[in-house]
Amino acid sequence: MNTNHSNGDVRIGFYICHCGHNIAGMVDCAAVAQFISKLPGVAVSRDYKYMCSDPGQELIQQDIREHKLNRVVVASCSPLLHEHTFRTAVAAGGLNPYFFQMVNIREHDSWVHTDRAEATAKAKSLAHAAVSRVRFHRALETTRVPINPDVLVVGGGIAGIHAALTVANSGKKVFLVERNPSIGGHMAQFDKTFPTLDCAACILTPKMSAVRAHDNITLWTYSEIVKVSGYVGNYTVTVKRKPRYVNEELCVGCLECINACVFKEGKFPDDFNVGLSKRKPIYIPFAQAVPPVVVVDPERCLQVRTGKCKKTCLEACADRKAIDFTQKEELVEIKVGNIIVATGFKLFDAKRIPEYGYGLYPNVVTAIELERLVNSSGPTAGEIVLRDGQPPKSVGMILCVGSRDMKTNRWCSRTCCMHSMKLAQLVREHTDADVTVFYMDVRAPGKGYEEFYDKSLKEGIQFVRGRVAEVTDWAMAPEEEGKLVIRVEDTLAGFVRRIPVDMIVLAAGMEPQADAQAVRRMFNMSCGTEGWFLEKHPKLAPVSTFTDGVFIAGCCQGPKDIPDTVAQAGAAAAEAMALADKGFIEQEPNTAYIVEADCSGCKSCLPLCPYTAILFDDAQQKARINQALCKGCGTCVAACPSGSINQNLFEDEEIFSEIEGVLAYV
Amino acid sequence: MKYSYFPGCSLKGLGRSYEESLLPVMKHLGVELAELDDWNCCGATAYMSVDEGKAAVLAARNLAIAEKAGPEDLMTPCSACYLVLNKTQHNIADYPEINDTVRRALGSAKLAYNGTVKVRHPLDMLINDIGLDVIKEKVVRPLKGLKVAPYYGCQVVRPYATFDDAWNPTTMDRLLATLGAEVVPYPLKTKCCGGSLTGTVPEAGLRLTYILLKEAVRRGADVIATVCPLCQFNLDAYQDQIERRWGPARIATVYFSQLMGLAFGLAPEQLGLKRNFIPMKPLPAQQPAQKTTV
Amino acid sequence: MSDLNWQPRIVAFFCNWCTYTAADLAGVSRLKYAPNVRVIRLMCSGRVDPQFILDALAQGADGVLIGGCHLGDCHYGEGNYKTIRRFQLLQRLLRDMGIEDQRVRLEWISASEGERVKTVINSMVEQVRALGPLNLPQRREGWDREMTPHNEPAAKTQPAPQRAQAEVAHA
Repeated sequence: MNTNHSNGDVRIGFYICHCGHNIAGMVDCAAVAQFISKLPGVAVSRDYKYMCSDPGQELIQQDIREHKLNRVVVASCSPLLHEHTFRTAVAAGGLNPYFFQMVNIREHDSWVHTDRAEATAKAKSLAHAAVSRVRFHRALETTRVPINPDVLVVGGGIAGIHAALTVANSGKKVFLVERNPSIGGHMAQFDKTFPTLDCAACILTPKMSAVRAHDNITLWTYSEIVKVSGYVGNYTVTVKRKPRYVNEELCVGCLECINACVFKEGKFPDDFNVGLSKRKPIYIPFAQAVPPVVVVDPERCLQVRTGKCKKTCLEACADRKAIDFTQKEELVEIKVGNIIVATGFKLFDAKRIPEYGYGLYPNVVTAIELERLVNSSGPTAGEIVLRDGQPPKSVGMILCVGSRDMKTNRWCSRTCCMHSMKLAQLVREHTDADVTVFYMDVRAPGKGYEEFYDKSLKEGIQFVRGRVAEVTDWAMAPEEEGKLVIRVEDTLAGFVRRIPVDMIVLAAGMEPQADAQAVRRMFNMSCGTEGWFLEKHPKLAPVSTFTDGVFIAGCCQGPKDIPDTVAQAGAAAAEAMALADKGFIEQEPNTAYIVEADCSGCKSCLPLCPYTAILFDDAQQKARINQALCKGCGTCVAACPSGSINQNLFEDEEIFSEIEGVLAYV
Repeated sequence: MKYSYFPGCSLKGLGRSYEESLLPVMKHLGVELAELDDWNCCGATAYMSVDEGKAAVLAARNLAIAEKAGPEDLMTPCSACYLVLNKTQHNIADYPEINDTVRRALGSAKLAYNGTVKVRHPLDMLINDIGLDVIKEKVVRPLKGLKVAPYYGCQVVRPYATFDDAWNPTTMDRLLATLGAEVVPYPLKTKCCGGSLTGTVPEAGLRLTYILLKEAVRRGADVIATVCPLCQFNLDAYQDQIERRWGPARIATVYFSQLMGLAFGLAPEQLGLKRNFIPMKPLPAQQPAQKTTV
Repeated sequence: MSDLNWQPRIVAFFCNWCTYTAADLAGVSRLKYAPNVRVIRLMCSGRVDPQFILDALAQGADGVLIGGCHLGDCHYGEGNYKTIRRFQLLQRLLRDMGIEDQRVRLEWISASEGERVKTVINSMVEQVRALGPLNLPQRREGWDREMTPHNEPAAKTQPAPQRAQAEVAHA
């Protein structure tokens, strides 16, 4: 049905926004409005300070009524920001929202050009294009796509745990998939958390237990996502469940099998203790692991690798028969409506800064290693000791290792100042060592954080402002013999200092996970330039991504501490729940459709659709597009040799008129 | 393997024991070296500080001659020459004005620099072209029991770390280990020796030399192995003065090529060892009762 | 014929998810670049019909820029692969028509590459400026001359050969 005509019936309302000074500072809005008012079909042409505000929107609605407008064009900011706002306003004014077109003269014009005349000329031509195009718009209806209420949470750290619990508590079903054998993430490795010095395990383990006990949460540890297909509300996800060789239902966590293992002692680096202790091929990640089930390392277990082992573990578990070497990798397919990605971070490898001697001098450790030493369930039962077993008398803590660094990572890792101060306080508590913190700036922005800094100062922790140049073991004076010397310019004192210490702790920064690129492709997300997953808007949409139904939370989005991580996890859960509760999503009607009469049945379009939305009707020898599956990319539209495929909202004639409009003004 | 060879002024003068030891060692390894005909002084660090354009011309003349002589890489043992030639190549590539000056100046002498010649350091050649396996085979008198502190100096690692790590280079360490020596961990391996300051501002320059010597002694080294004629000279020639100012720090400094020569069984007299101020202690393996094992 | 006041006019087709967003980011970052480009928003670079490009040139554009997601990152999976296929074919056609490569450009710009939007636009504007106005009418005359090699009006008025009269005339 043709409700549009390039002449006659069309009555266009044109509005150009000043956006305060943002647009009006560079574009002569009144002149643009003047220019547009003279174009055929334009019934109203106004400029206004803030079009997106209530009065601005009411202006449009009033004009629709009074001037009987049947097309609306707004020239303001990016459609990615306010297209929805204005479409809603137009709809509230009684006009089909798809009779609306938006012109970007802020992000693409006033903010990026410096010459008023040129910026105004560009605004005029872009507005002209929109006014030409909007003539051809037709009334369209959104389609509703049902949303599967189930939610997938990827990653079982504190972010994933909190998101899963929040969603599950609302009554929805959650799949929590974690690649390690236990949930808990990095937080499980911490001893105390700043600024309250709460024991990390004490606040985390109840949540971990709650996850396990929750009826609505299906917990799959030692599992990974391998494939994601579908679209918001209707994702099909393939999960790879790696074989533990232990039956989760039967294992009670008595650990007898570990005792009985043919390896008399631990031989392989224990990841949980960051390599500071050794474990056997059969192990439990840590005492409070959830699930509290043992796991067999397939690369180290003799039975799995060679098939030749006494299997003393089987004997030890003779009653329950929980160990099962016949287990195989399993691929399971699940259907969910929303996905929350909470895959966390990895630590910067301090070896990349050889000046600090990590890997060279045994008593240079990273903060996480010290965290394990301090922890009472760590490799030294909470004793802070040097490699020779003696307690240190002096400790130096170097901040910004792999952060705020032009040669490695440019960003600030946000937590290191605080966790270094925390570790400094704990060192003072456990030993009597002198602690000196070497900083560039002390960043303590959270609630109670500045007070924590005061406490550190009161406890006699020394702070030296200067970027450490090197850690060396060459002694220039007798008191430096046998120690590690930190050479640093003390910028507040104004000279270069040599400070001998027994132990050095490097505050290694946070980095995106090693497989961040592969993961983000799987979920159809983007990464920012630094490698963190990209949020839809850094201010207003920090947990959404550009793909509807996929949310991000926690450090995978950027470095942050636990309170912010939990806040984001809650936010992502809320957004997922909002979609699930609504039950449907309004799909943009920019789908492709085939004009049957023109289709010649050549089948060129069939293989082009990534959503397999195009089918061939053999009887009629015509191609057909399933509107529910079509996502509106337009690839088939451009490919059709007979031009029989069109795209709603992006019709050929609409684009051609835009091209003409954008070039017509000289 | 064929290389062109740019000795530079030092290797024909104060640093002649570097050439005296390096040439037979290279010959022993089957490397053919063709000394550039009519080479000139590279300008070292001094000229570059005075006039970058003219300094580039001076250094580039050698590069042009090398290109004219053939397609082989140009072995440049002296650290200063190595750095200057490298820097000149960068300057000509990065700065059109310098490129222009060099082109015109060389052109007037009917020479041209085309940016094709590769300037190589002997350590680079030994590790990457010849290979430690080949070197190991040639060792007939392993330097067993000799504790060596590997000292690289600054110019082969700063500002360009072309064939080794800038902070913790290990090419010479690995070479010395292949020769059978015990390589002493030496954290000052890239610290400045004082350079020309030992002559002009001795309180500053010699102090840096003293620090290097003292640490080498403290680490129990028998000898310091070096790659640079100026480093060798600073470490070797001023030990009396240093002792008067700060205290004793007596240790011999030799070129890595001299140690290679000894390990290869070449006659010590051929290797210029007698030119050192501080004599190197005799090799433990030279003691009559010991059996040499390969 | 070069008007001293002539400014290159370039039409750009940017895909919504990557390049358009990157251009927004450039705006948010207040980067400054040449004002000669007019952006037309499409959902995917795969929507770009070669006819759009030809039409833009015919309507007076001196250059056309197409921006899409990096290969492998298309929001719709594979749209940009189709774009690059069509683009390469179109490029051969354009070369035959004597239209310089720098006038029609395909660039992959991801959502976080605001800086790249600026550098691509600036470089393209300069390149097109150096090439001068496209001047399609003049080129058309050139093509006409190619098709009638002797370039004599008389040749056009010669009677069509006997056989041709039997065929259907095509304008």
